Amino acid sequence: MTQQKMKRDPGANTSAQDTVAVQLLRKHRNDVPVSGWRLLAKRLGPVGLISLGIIALVVLMAILAPVIAPYDPYEGSVTARHEAWSLAHLMGTDQSGRDILSRIIWGARTSLIGPTIVILVTAFLATTLALTAVWFGGRVDALISRMLDILFAFPNMLLAILAVAIFGPSLLTASIALAIGFTPYSARVIRSVALRERNLPYVASAQLQGISGFVITVRHILPNVRTQILTGMTINFGYAMIELAALSFLGLGVQPPTPDWGLMVSNGQASLQQGYWEQSIFAGLAIVITVAAFGYVGEQLGGRRASGRTR
Amino acid sequence: MTYVLKRLGALAAVLVVSSFIVFSGMYLAPGSPEQFLVQGRTVSPEVLASIRAQYGLDDPFLIRYWNWLMDVLQGDLGRSLLTQQDVSALVASRLPTTLFLAAFAAILITVLGVGLGVLAATRSGAFEKLVVFGSNLGFAVPTFFAALVLMFVFGSNLGWFPVSGSGEGFADRLWHLTLPAIALAFPGIAVVARITRTAVREEQGSEHVIMAIARGVPKQFVLWRHTIRNSMLPVTTVLGTNIAGLLASAFVIEYAFTLDGIGSLLVNSVQKKDFAVVQAIALIMVLAFGLINLIVDLLYAVIDPRVRLSKGAAAR
Amino acid sequence: MLKIDGLVLTVVDPDTGHETEILHGNSLELAQGEALGLVGESGSGKSMTLKCILGIEPDGARVDGTIALDGTDLLASGGDALRRIRAEDLALIAQNPHGALNPVLPVGRFLVEGMSDARSMGRAEARERAADLLRQVGIADTERVLRSYPHQLSGGMLQRVVIAGAISGDPKLLLADEPTTALDVTTQAEVVAILDEKRREHGLSMIFVTHDLDLAAAVCDRLAVMKDGEILEIGTPEEIRDRPRTDYTRKLMAARPMLYPEGHPAAFLAGGAGPAPLREGGGGNDETDRINGEEAGA
Repeated sequence: MTQQKMKRDPGANTSAQDTVAVQLLRKHRNDVPVSGWRLLAKRLGPVGLISLGIIALVVLMAILAPVIAPYDPYEGSVTARHEAWSLAHLMGTDQSGRDILSRIIWGARTSLIGPTIVILVTAFLATTLALTAVWFGGRVDALISRMLDILFAFPNMLLAILAVAIFGPSLLTASIALAIGFTPYSARVIRSVALRERNLPYVASAQLQGISGFVITVRHILPNVRTQILTGMTINFGYAMIELAALSFLGLGVQPPTPDWGLMVSNGQASLQQGYWEQSIFAGLAIVITVAAFGYVGEQLGGRRASGRTR
Repeated sequence: MTYVLKRLGALAAVLVVSSFIVFSGMYLAPGSPEQFLVQGRTVSPEVLASIRAQYGLDDPFLIRYWNWLMDVLQGDLGRSLLTQQDVSALVASRLPTTLFLAAFAAILITVLGVGLGVLAATRSGAFEKLVVFGSNLGFAVPTFFAALVLMFVFGSNLGWFPVSGSGEGFADRLWHLTLPAIALAFPGIAVVARITRTAVREEQGSEHVIMAIARGVPKQFVLWRHTIRNSMLPVTTVLGTNIAGLLASAFVIEYAFTLDGIGSLLVNSVQKKDFAVVQAIALIMVLAFGLINLIVDLLYAVIDPRVRLSKGAAAR
Repeated sequence: MLKIDGLVLTVVDPDTGHETEILHGNSLELAQGEALGLVGESGSGKSMTLKCILGIEPDGARVDGTIALDGTDLLASGGDALRRIRAEDLALIAQNPHGALNPVLPVGRFLVEGMSDARSMGRAEARERAADLLRQVGIADTERVLRSYPHQLSGGMLQRVVIAGAISGDPKLLLADEPTTALDVTTQAEVVAILDEKRREHGLSMIFVTHDLDLAAAVCDRLAVMKDGEILEIGTPEEIRDRPRTDYTRKLMAARPMLYPEGHPAAFLAGGAGPAPLREGGGGNDETDRINGEEAGA
């Protein structure tokens, strides 16, 4: 069966001149679960697939906003303020007479960009730090661990607020600050898995053959932590979205009149007190559904595997 | 004991570095520190002089930090750049609301989160499914959204609870802070309930629990002494992180409900660019965050003998 | 005394509803004071048979047939009646002693719980009894052991504690589920010796599950060979050795590694020598005392 699998796998043709270590490396690579669609679907389960569908829908909404939004998200009319939902305005209009549905569709853009920046920066920082620490070990590892300990001392939101206080309110500032705050959590997970890999005999034998540490790390250790990186990114996305929305709610993130879900919840607060619930509730639900979808997918990707390993 | 001292030492070291970061942060800002502190406001020369004196802008950088740190250690957090109020006094007057709110939410998270999780794990069927579904969705509810919905439903519509202000005296305060505390606790309850359920379920299948059943130990003893007691070990950690995080997320809730805690003070100060107040509150939050995390770790060592012993005398 | 008739265990996959039969209608009988060895490779259903007797089969499994203990149908009992049977008539000795005890409670609680909570003995009396029981299984340093947490004791030591707990209520039937597999070789012999000695002393019946044919032959009156959820044959060790009725048993005999030197109680099948000294009630106190000295030094 392994023979068959090796034949199908393009990278696995073990030619005669390969050294034992290279063969070991290749073999090990094949042990990494292949991310086929069927495997993914099985791991996600029905609810996970629905969640994945929701994520795809939100992303599509963001990309196609100019095409599918029925109205201009910035243009309102004074005569059409606080309209209830109708065929003309499926989610009604806000305090400035703007179409809420259109603003939610456009809002998907800003609401997704922030978390995307956060998870990309987090993944880059955490992976770099973790792999550097693991490869060099000793003092480098200790130094990086101390650095992360200090970052652990700051609640994420506080870090973001401090950054905004220093550099002024902006989505980019808040996102980068949050990413720095998320880094120690992700780095710790990646480090522990990478450390296990680093201590496997094939790494030592590759090292003995004079393959550079950078090459071994990138080519062989990195692929083995990609599950952790991906899971972390999926789970962090949801948290980042909530925290960035909170910052926008406080007026410290996205600035009006840009359509953004967090900002819309905040804008709708006054209307809500008067009974016009549409803006806050629809924008809030958009956040809840998107975050829940990301959370569930992340949980299924990482959680199942983790619990399966301990058993 | 050495373990406790070691952890305290580590906390102190982290706090010193954090204070340095909080202090030096403003020098990262574009423009001169003076410009940053004044932020384009028109100020009289006297005020400018006092700002220069407060931040020791004429001294070398490290001396400035040292003096500032010494002042902070003596409880002198400087003066507000806007109102010239004493920051320590300002923060002290705001602290009770935040502490009350955080403690209230912590109790809700502990009681409801653990309670729902245990109930879900021990009563299979519809209730368990409901809790699983609720916790999957609940963690995704931003606190500020929960706040608005609660305000709308129980405040404006039903009129059961006030939607702003923090009240006087214990009972009134409890009444005023009920909705904010629920909103603040909401995601935490969801997360803790989910972890608790998983932990209890896992413990139900553990060897020693099955052994206890096989030995004919009565159900209630198995449930409380073995299943629930042991499943609380992983729950403690999650509970701790969630409670420690409360102080930092409280400012969103305080802002939404216009409560006079340090959180809303922080947000207002950031909006008005009053960096002296921001620094002070950031420091207090880092301190509180560190202390709560430390307490949780120590608590863990108390309830799990394996941790206690491996950290103490190296028995095997 | 114990009579199992047509025992069928079916496990249902909760997702697909697919049913898998794990035990295929096994029957066996056990007389008062008799020890039966249940032998077979892993996955043959030995442990599952014990779990069915105790009523601790996995969730979603279905048990058919009858298991009668002194005329009481165990499969028909439930609730408190079943709990009482477990507490008073049955005793399990699990494979992994480190898993069997609650890791966050001291060892003493384990013993006291069995006597006091499961069998309503007074707490003070149970506490006194616990030390006495530990001495019976060859533990001298009782106070220290009672106060220790499971992770502080060795596997052999813990398994003695479990044995002490098992014999504390004079059960009708001991169910030993590979009690020595998780232990290292030297401790194995000691623990088996204690188990065998205590069983004989109290005149208890026992089902001894193991994959070690030699070991089973040394401590049991009869052996039952299991494969793929079926009992292939039951007979005395002599019968199994001299006249195996199935190919599988023959293969099992041939595949035995020679682990035991001649003269060792478990070397009986190999050499064909007379009954092993263990079966005469050997494994006396001087041996256990020596073990205890080593443990205390660790």
